[in-house]
Amino acid sequence: MAIFQRARRIFSRARFAFCVATCFCLSGCVRHEPPADITILNGAEPQSLDPGILSGQADMRVASAMFEGLTYFDPKTGRAIPGLAERWEISPDGCTYTFHLRTNLVWSTGEPITADEVVYSWIRALSPVTASEYSGSLFFLKNGQEFTDGKIKDPSQVGIHALDPLTVRVDLNHPTPFFPDICAMPVTCVVPRQTIDKYGDRWLMAKPLPVSGAYEMVYWRLNDKVRLRKNPRYWNAANTQSDIIDILPVGSANAALSLYERGEADIVWDAALIPAGLLDVLLKRPDFHTFICLDTYFFRFNVTRKPFDDPRVRQALALAVDKERIVKKITQGGEQPASHLVPDGTANYAPPEGLGHDPARARRLLAEAGYPGGKGFPRFQYLFNASAGGGSKIHEKIAVELQQMWRDELGIQMDLRQMEWSAYLNAQSHLDYDLSRSGWVADYNDANTFLGLFTSNDGNNRTGWKNAQYDGLIQRANQEPDVKVREKLFQQAEIILVRDEVPIVPIYFYVGISYYDTNKIQGIYPNVLDNHPLQAIRKVGRGPDAK
Amino acid sequence: MYFVKRLIFAVPLLLVISALAFALVHLAPGGPFDRERAPASPEIERAIKAKYHLDEPVWKQYLQYLNGLAHGDFGVSLKYRNHTVTDIIAQGLPVSMLLGTLAFGFAMGVGLPVGFFTAARHGRWEDYTGSFFSMLVVCVPGFVIAPLLILFFSIKWKLLPVGLWETPWHMILPPIALGLFFAGKIARLMREGMLTAMQSEFVTAARAKGLGESRLLLKHAFRLAVLPVVSYSGPMLADLLTGSFVIENIFQIPGIGVFLVNSSLNRDYTLVVGLSLLYAALLIGLNLVVDFAYTLLDPRVKYE
Repeated sequence: MAIFQRARRIFSRARFAFCVATCFCLSGCVRHEPPADITILNGAEPQSLDPGILSGQADMRVASAMFEGLTYFDPKTGRAIPGLAERWEISPDGCTYTFHLRTNLVWSTGEPITADEVVYSWIRALSPVTASEYSGSLFFLKNGQEFTDGKIKDPSQVGIHALDPLTVRVDLNHPTPFFPDICAMPVTCVVPRQTIDKYGDRWLMAKPLPVSGAYEMVYWRLNDKVRLRKNPRYWNAANTQSDIIDILPVGSANAALSLYERGEADIVWDAALIPAGLLDVLLKRPDFHTFICLDTYFFRFNVTRKPFDDPRVRQALALAVDKERIVKKITQGGEQPASHLVPDGTANYAPPEGLGHDPARARRLLAEAGYPGGKGFPRFQYLFNASAGGGSKIHEKIAVELQQMWRDELGIQMDLRQMEWSAYLNAQSHLDYDLSRSGWVADYNDANTFLGLFTSNDGNNRTGWKNAQYDGLIQRANQEPDVKVREKLFQQAEIILVRDEVPIVPIYFYVGISYYDTNKIQGIYPNVLDNHPLQAIRKVGRGPDAK
Repeated sequence: MYFVKRLIFAVPLLLVISALAFALVHLAPGGPFDRERAPASPEIERAIKAKYHLDEPVWKQYLQYLNGLAHGDFGVSLKYRNHTVTDIIAQGLPVSMLLGTLAFGFAMGVGLPVGFFTAARHGRWEDYTGSFFSMLVVCVPGFVIAPLLILFFSIKWKLLPVGLWETPWHMILPPIALGLFFAGKIARLMREGMLTAMQSEFVTAARAKGLGESRLLLKHAFRLAVLPVVSYSGPMLADLLTGSFVIENIFQIPGIGVFLVNSSLNRDYTLVVGLSLLYAALLIGLNLVVDFAYTLLDPRVKYE
C-alpha cells in the first residue's frame, strides 16, 4: 500500500505544480500593452520585412512604413513624390538623375542618413548574395545587371554615386520615364548599413532598429502581429496620422470577417480575406470597396509541346473562351474580362484589343490546323495551383469552366492537374505542363512590367515562346525617350502577344477589394498599385477614444 | 535503470526521424526559393543556393544540419529568412502548449466524470444520453465545432471574442473546440474501463465484503479503469501541445500548429525537420511519462 501513498503524494505535488505552471503561463501570455490606434488585417504573414529581399504585397505594406526611398508613393494618386530626396534634376538625355537629399534626415536612432547609405542600399539590393527578388528593378542602372550577373565585381562601376553627403547621382542605361516610381519601391529603400553589418540576416530583430521611414517596429512575432509605433525623427513626422498600428496576418477569410465585424480590426485589405460565398452580399455594403488594380489573370501555353506549337491552335483555344461568363459566374467581384495583358489604367499606355469570344472562328482555325471538330486532338492537361488555405477554389472553378467551354465549342478533351504551390511553380518553370494558370501583379505603373515578361530570355517567360520581332520592339521601346513613340512600340508588341502569336491568353483583370468603414477610417485612397502608405491612415469619429 | 535506457534509445530514434524528415521534404518537387517571380539573374539563384548550402548533395546537407544540431543550432528558416527555427519555436510553442494544456484540462475535466457517471448508471437513460454526446463530439470534426462555437458564443450572443490570443477571455473557446474531441474519446475509454473493472473479480470480492457502492467505484474500480485513459493521454498530450492547424487557423492563434503544416508546403526544409524533431521528442518524452505513471497506478506493472 506504500506505493499508493507515494503516488498520492506525488500526484498532489504534481497537481500543485500544474496549477502554478498554468497560472504562470496565463500571466505570461496575457499582454499588458496599450491598444493600437488602428488594427489592420494584412493577409499573409510577411516572409521578410527586409526591403532588399521581401516579395509579397503583405511584406511591402509593412516594410514601406519603416523604410523610405528617395521617393514614395503619394497615398492619393499612387505616383512617386519626393521622399528622402527633396528634389532631383534629370539630364537632357533623360539618362542621369541627380537627387538632393533633405537636410533634416536622421535614422530613428538619431544618426544622420547620408548619400553613402543610399548607395550602399542600392548596391546591396543588386548584389547576388542578397538574392533580392526585385533586383531586376535596378537593372535600369548602368552596369546594374552586369553587377548582379557577377561580370563586374567593383560596385563603383555601377551607375550610382554619392557626390557629397546630400547628393546622389544615378546613371541609367536609357531614359526611363517611370524611374521616380522605381525609387519608391521597397527594393530601393534606404536601410541601415551598420546594423546589417553587425547582425547579418537577423538585423531586423536588432534593438533598437534604425528605420528611415514613418514607423519603427516595436516587435514582430510570426503569425501573431507586427506592432509599429510612430517614428518621431522621421522628416515628415508631423504628418504621420496614427501613433500605434498593429498589423495582423490572417489565414482565413471567415476569421477576418468575424474580427472585423466584432470591431477587433479596422481595416481588411486583402481580397483573399473575403469569404467567397458571401461576396455578392458583402459587396453591396458601403464599407466594402472595390477598385481596379494592375493585376491580370491569364493562362500560359507551353509552346514547345504539340499541338500548342501551332499559333492557330492557340488562337482557337483563346477564341473559344467566354471570359464574360467567367467573371459573371465565378469571380463575381466586378472583374473586367481581359483580351489584352496590360491592364487598362496603366500610365502612358492604351492597350490594343486582343482576341474576343468567337467560337465559329475558333472552330475554323482548329480545322485549319488539322483538327476539324476536335478530331485527332490529343488529350491535354491544365495545370493550376491549389488555393492557399483551402480558400475559394477560384482556379479550380475556372479550370472546370474552361474544360467545359473547350469540350462544347471545339470538341477537345482536357484533364485538370492541381498541384500545391511549390510543385506548381516548379512544373511551370521547367515547362512541365501543357496549359498553366497564371497571374501577374504590376511592379510599377508602366506597360513594361507586363510586356517585358515575355521577351525570349526573361526568367518569367515560362512558355518556351521566343520571338525576335517581339524582343526587338520591347528593346526599342525601352530606349525610346518619346513617350508617344514608346507607346506605339509597346502596342505593336502586345498585338503580337495577344492577337497573332498568343503564347498566353488573358482572362480577366483582378479588382482589389478591401473593407473598412469610411466613417471611422480615413486616409486610404484607391489607386492602381493598391498602395496605401500607413502614415496617411487615421481613425476619425465620435467618442472619447477617437484619435 | 529502465527509463535511463529508454532515454538513451531515444537518441538514435530521433536521428532516424530527422533523416527521414530531411529526405522526404527534399524529395518533394520544388524548393524553398521557387517563386512566381523568377530571379532577375541566374547568379542570384546560384548565390542563394550556395548561401544555404542547397547546391550540395543532400547527404552533405544533412551532415551539416546534424553538425549544427549538435551545437544547438536548428538553422535559419528558409521561408522567413529573418527568423531562426529556434525563434519560431520559442514564439509559437508556449502559445500552443498553453492552448494544449487548457484543452487537455478540459478534456480530462469533462471526459473522466462523464465516463465515470455513464458507467455507474449503466443501461439507464443517463448512460444513453452521455454516451450519445460523447459519440457525437468524437464524430464531429474541429473545423465544424469551432465555427459553431464562434457563431453562437461570439457573434450571436457576443459573450466571447471571435479569435486572437490576448486575454483570458480569448482562451476559452479555442481549448473547448480543441478539447471536445478528446473529451469524448476519454469519456468513452473511461466508460469501457469502468464497465470492465466492475466485472473484475476484485471488485466482486470487495462488494462481497460489504463495501459501499460509491466507495467501491471511486477507490477500487476507478484506479483500474483509468489505465487506458492514462496510456491514451500521452500521445494525446503530445498532439495537443504541438498545436492544431485547424483550431489555430480558425481562431487566429499564433501557435506552432500552423507552421507544422505550412512549413512543408513552403518547402522550408529547416523548419520542417526542426518541428518534426520537436514533435517526436515530445511524443517520446510523454510516452515515457505515461509508462512511469503506470508504475504508480498499477502495482502489477514493473519495469526492469
